[in-house]
Amino acid sequence: GRWSICGITGNFTNICVKISLSCRHDDLKEMLDSNKDSLKLEAMKRIVAMIARGKNASDLFPAVVKNVACKNIEVKKLVYVYLVRYAEEQQDLALLSISTFQRGLKDPNQLIRASALRVLSSIRVTIIVPIMMLAIKEAASDMSPYVRKTAAHAIPKLYSLDPDQKDQLIEVIEKLLADKTTLVAGSVVMAFEEVCPERIDLIHKNYRKLCNLLIDVEEWGQVVIINMLTRYARTQFLNPNANVSVSAEGKEDKVEAAALVVKRKPYVMDPDHRLLLRNTKPLLQSRNAAVVMAVAQLYFHLAPKAEVGVIAKALVRLMRSHSEVQYVVLQNVATMTIKRRGMFEPYLKSFYIRSTDPTQIKVLKLEVLTNLANETNISTILREFQTYIKSMDKDFVAATIQAIGRCATNIGEVRDTCLNGLVQLLSNRDELVVAESVVVIKKLLQMQPEKHSDIIKHMAKLTDNIQVPMARASILWLIGEYCEHVPKIAPDVLRKMAKSFTNEEDIVKLQILNLAAKLYLTNSKQTKLLTQYVLNLAKYDQNYDIRDRARFIRQLIVPTDKSGALSKYAKKLFLALKPAPVLESPFKDRDHFQLGSLSHLLNAKAGGYQELPDWPESAPDPSVRNVEVKYPTCSMNIEQSSTEEQKKSTKSKEPKDRSDSESEDEEESSTESSESESEEESESDTDAKKKKKVLLSISINHTLQGTSLRYYILKKWRIYVSFCVALLLKCSFPSPQAASPTCGPLKTYELLHRITGEGLAVTYCFSRRPFTGDPHMVSVQIQFTNNTEVEARSLRVLEPKLQSGMRIAEFPEIDVLPPGEISTVVMGIDFCDSTQAANFQLCTHTKKFFVTIQPPVGELMMPIFMTENEFKKEQGQLMGMNEITEKLTLGEGCRGDHVIIQRVISTANLSRVPCGSAMECRFAGKTVTSGSLVLVTVVTKEERAAQVTVNCEKMLIGTMLVKDILQALSQ
Amino acid sequence: MIHSLFLVNSSGDIFLEKHWKSVVSRSVCDYFFEAQERASEPENVPPVIPTPHHYLISVLRHRIYFVAVIQSEVPPLFVIEFLHRVVDTFQDYFGVCTEAAIKDNVVVVYELLEEMLDNGFPLATESNILKELIKPPTILRTVVNTITGSTNVGEQLPTGQLSVVPWRRTGVKYTNNEAYFDVVEEIDAIIDKSGSTITAEIQGVIDACVKLSGMPDLTLSFMNPRLLDDVSFHPCVRFKRWEAERILSFIPPDGNFRLLSYHVSSQNLVAIPVYVKHNITFREGSSQGRFELTLGPKQTMGKAVESVLVSSQLPRGVLNVNLNPSQGTYTFDPVTKLLSWDVGKINPQKLPSLKGSMSLQAGASKPDENPTINIQFKIQQMAISGLKVNRLDMYGEKYKPFKGIKYMTKAGKVPEGRRDEAALP
Repeated sequence: GRWSICGITGNFTNICVKISLSCRHDDLKEMLDSNKDSLKLEAMKRIVAMIARGKNASDLFPAVVKNVACKNIEVKKLVYVYLVRYAEEQQDLALLSISTFQRGLKDPNQLIRASALRVLSSIRVTIIVPIMMLAIKEAASDMSPYVRKTAAHAIPKLYSLDPDQKDQLIEVIEKLLADKTTLVAGSVVMAFEEVCPERIDLIHKNYRKLCNLLIDVEEWGQVVIINMLTRYARTQFLNPNANVSVSAEGKEDKVEAAALVVKRKPYVMDPDHRLLLRNTKPLLQSRNAAVVMAVAQLYFHLAPKAEVGVIAKALVRLMRSHSEVQYVVLQNVATMTIKRRGMFEPYLKSFYIRSTDPTQIKVLKLEVLTNLANETNISTILREFQTYIKSMDKDFVAATIQAIGRCATNIGEVRDTCLNGLVQLLSNRDELVVAESVVVIKKLLQMQPEKHSDIIKHMAKLTDNIQVPMARASILWLIGEYCEHVPKIAPDVLRKMAKSFTNEEDIVKLQILNLAAKLYLTNSKQTKLLTQYVLNLAKYDQNYDIRDRARFIRQLIVPTDKSGALSKYAKKLFLALKPAPVLESPFKDRDHFQLGSLSHLLNAKAGGYQELPDWPESAPDPSVRNVEVKYPTCSMNIEQSSTEEQKKSTKSKEPKDRSDSESEDEEESSTESSESESEEESESDTDAKKKKKVLLSISINHTLQGTSLRYYILKKWRIYVSFCVALLLKCSFPSPQAASPTCGPLKTYELLHRITGEGLAVTYCFSRRPFTGDPHMVSVQIQFTNNTEVEARSLRVLEPKLQSGMRIAEFPEIDVLPPGEISTVVMGIDFCDSTQAANFQLCTHTKKFFVTIQPPVGELMMPIFMTENEFKKEQGQLMGMNEITEKLTLGEGCRGDHVIIQRVISTANLSRVPCGSAMECRFAGKTVTSGSLVLVTVVTKEERAAQVTVNCEKMLIGTMLVKDILQALSQ
Repeated sequence: MIHSLFLVNSSGDIFLEKHWKSVVSRSVCDYFFEAQERASEPENVPPVIPTPHHYLISVLRHRIYFVAVIQSEVPPLFVIEFLHRVVDTFQDYFGVCTEAAIKDNVVVVYELLEEMLDNGFPLATESNILKELIKPPTILRTVVNTITGSTNVGEQLPTGQLSVVPWRRTGVKYTNNEAYFDVVEEIDAIIDKSGSTITAEIQGVIDACVKLSGMPDLTLSFMNPRLLDDVSFHPCVRFKRWEAERILSFIPPDGNFRLLSYHVSSQNLVAIPVYVKHNITFREGSSQGRFELTLGPKQTMGKAVESVLVSSQLPRGVLNVNLNPSQGTYTFDPVTKLLSWDVGKINPQKLPSLKGSMSLQAGASKPDENPTINIQFKIQQMAISGLKVNRLDMYGEKYKPFKGIKYMTKAGKVPEGRRDEAALP
């Protein structure tokens, strides 16, 4: 019977046929009530198969819901499937199952907690809203990130069940947005988008974190986050292309525009805006088309014009994917090509049409090709179009002819070529081709009719053969409109048309009437009778539009005593100069919808679409995104993992299921530590002591445990180490917006005083970022301030006088520095690991100044990361002459290793080495030019006594560095 | 996000439905059927169809439409990509993704769909995680299950989703540790009737089959990584490492997966490994036309061109053909006018040819369309771009794995030879 379809094994088929004849589902109820799991499972499988086929199984609800607490996992799962499907219809009975889930929420296993919450929140029964709310709130602060993720998923479910809970749910969202794990990020942003997309203020504090986590979030979460951040950026940052559009706008207002540009501050991109662009770019390489599209739209809407180009290659790559993907991508490319044609021009050939493309893809490619056409490539494109016209796909041929028409209107140079090509098509054997050509030619002729009376004549002859109504109508309109160009043929055409009038289609009839009226006005001698004949025919036509038109025309053109003043103007009315139609892309201006969205694709606002806001005139306060960064120490998670290890070390003495629990623990703890790895701002209530505790516990374990654990600890250690690298790198390359307090503000030195510089003041600082282009150079950030009343022009470096071996990478010349403005550039100097000064001249367009940059010894190095053991090993090799030790008394304010670390790092560009002793601080770096190691140890003793040791192959550097550090610490 | 999913077969029957939120009546599919009727070909059904209360987003794979019902704004590619992922998963589980396979495994299908989406938002789409949650059916297991009443659902709760590498399942153990990589390249070219190339590009993928115990960390380097113009990665690949050193460094998923897709830019001259000589003529007034086609290899570095398949859509005016292939077999469908010739292997000493006559509709005028010739082929042991894997190293585990790399070149989905057309008199 009908059961066999759903894959039931043979022995049941007989029963089922019987059942379907008598009582419904009794056998299933029996099986569900039995004690055997296998029978229950079989019954559930059949029920699920029914649900899958859309059959109603709701009467089984009481029998099924009883099994919600079944021990067998598969039965349980299938019961969940059933429950979620029918709970809405059987609310009272569904409540019976709730207590099971409530118990599940308290289970020690995180996966069971998560799945209980998942099912509970999927049961759409309003009565349990308070229970759900409670469960979500609790899960949102669960220890397990997986449970927190599930909580985020539950939020939109509850919201759709009861929108009144919005305020409370927003609180949960706010809490979860602050979560620092990649697992939660995507899900909570999805909840944010569904519940409160307007609360953009909730994003501020999490903005940088989201940007930084992005690359590690799962693909689906990435799409949601990127789309949300696009909107966010549109409300918080300035338009990077504002200046461009002002100067491009009106040529006549050029002076004014130029003035505007000058008045406006030179655009400086907000570092947070840059952060977003930088962190999304690698995702263009994602295998997921939705992610690539999301990044592409972000760049299209947010990036400076010069940078948008990178997305073209990635989008072209998507064109090799499934045809549905192509369809969506091409729609978006079509919109982009209107605004940013240049971007896709290098990929023109990728849009060539292949005979096996589905028609809807062909038409879209044609659209893109048309948008890409310009003076230089038009001949190639037209040659390509010519082959398309020979295609067997007639819809596509028609679209090609339209495309040729559009190219002809857009590019004046090829108008005649196109027109000739289209005229040739008029002799094509396929009527559809001819008809489409006629329609397009009509539009083209309207642009310059006087030159083409021969074409009009040629077309007039076509009326004998061509049957497609639209084409006939077009020809008649042309003849009527330009009857003075074809004075002989026009009346004859009207004569023929009058003959066939009754058999014509409505649109043709209307044009016959038009033609008659126009001829009557210009050549009434020959056509008066004909016109009246046609008007009479139309008077009795079945279509009231045609009857109407006939009456209207008669009143206008045939003067009677009743006809009013209008008939005097009949000629002006009918033969007015009509503007040529503009053939434009249907994708024009579609970019007011966010690209990649459903609304953009449909060109209509879909429900729940969030408008892409316009750029603000002036940027809102960027400091809202600042997050308090405390002294970065190792985070709680590491701490946790260490305690787990301790647990383990005790556990290992018990023989019971050791291997099992161990592997599970390992799993959990390694997850957590990897999470902390990706965290940028660490939770920082723990201090350095805790970190030491971790290290201690690890080393204790190391001695206690056998080899099996050693590997595990080493692994843990690696994760911990890489985490520290992340933190340390962050402190040693402070970015101005988020200067980590570890190294304090950068010291600024004066290069040129305002007075000696005659109004031009120049300062410099060592930015401590690696100099791009040459790793052996120190980057020096130079800031020019123009205090004069006039512009300073062509600021540049001239004739550097350098000691042998030193090199300078000059900054790019500054063209103009308007009065009162500040400009910052970066140059690279290779100091050859010496504190010798670099002398050079700074020039403006009128003056030259001799200047000198002398680096403090601490800036000649860059931080490297080392473990404690590596440090000790290296230190051992740099003894004797290479080691310099000095004793000192710490200064008043220099208490605690926190301050010591900060002072040392601000004196020298070094990074901290994790270390197991509270009395010691170690730092490592290497010189920029030769890469010689620089190792610094600060040992604190009782009272305020301390000792500084520097190990460095370059003794001079070592001596100078010790001096500098001594000074810094004894202040 | 995704509200419901309907699976529709080629005869227009809904054979499976799944709802992740409130139930949407299957009558919503009527709008889909309307669009299907309007479309001339199955692949011309618009992927996105608006209806008064919902939006339907569909993909067509293996002659099954996967129709997702959407209620509000969502990026269409998000849904499309997800639906394709569903199909890939079914294929991975059942070997094929056909109506019969889905119906036979309806419970597994349902369990999979339940895990893949939560409230319409993707939850677990990685094959490794899903396989831990729901074991794929095998014949042996089906037999065992029916006898013992045990299940396909994993006994232990999966931990994969919680791991540092969410794409790899934990506790993998093999007695033979093996890693195989297939470098497969496709040429995609358009050749005009004079034989000159209009466009040609090479797309490649590296598909991996990795069966290694534990948590191996692999690096794969190329002799000539500069060839790769544009790449997209499996999420396991460390992007930074690639940017800096052009090395693929990754902890692989367990089993089969696509490590990398790449594109070799068309700036590099693409040598097309086969050529076609043809002469297709129709004479005005005659009801006969001539058809001649010869294939030959070029620049294949001594490797054989295999599994060659030529197909061509002949003009509508052609009633039938009478051809004589020097090797292989040919078929002509008088309704669709599709000529296809299964050539097999090209022997460079004796080039395959297909010659004969075509009969045209009496009295019909000479067709003016250009028959397009599509060619499919395969070349083993060669990557046409010249891409070579340099070495594969494994870290993190102690055993010595067996490593294998295979190269293959084939014609793309839409292969060379378009508007390779008959010279018109």
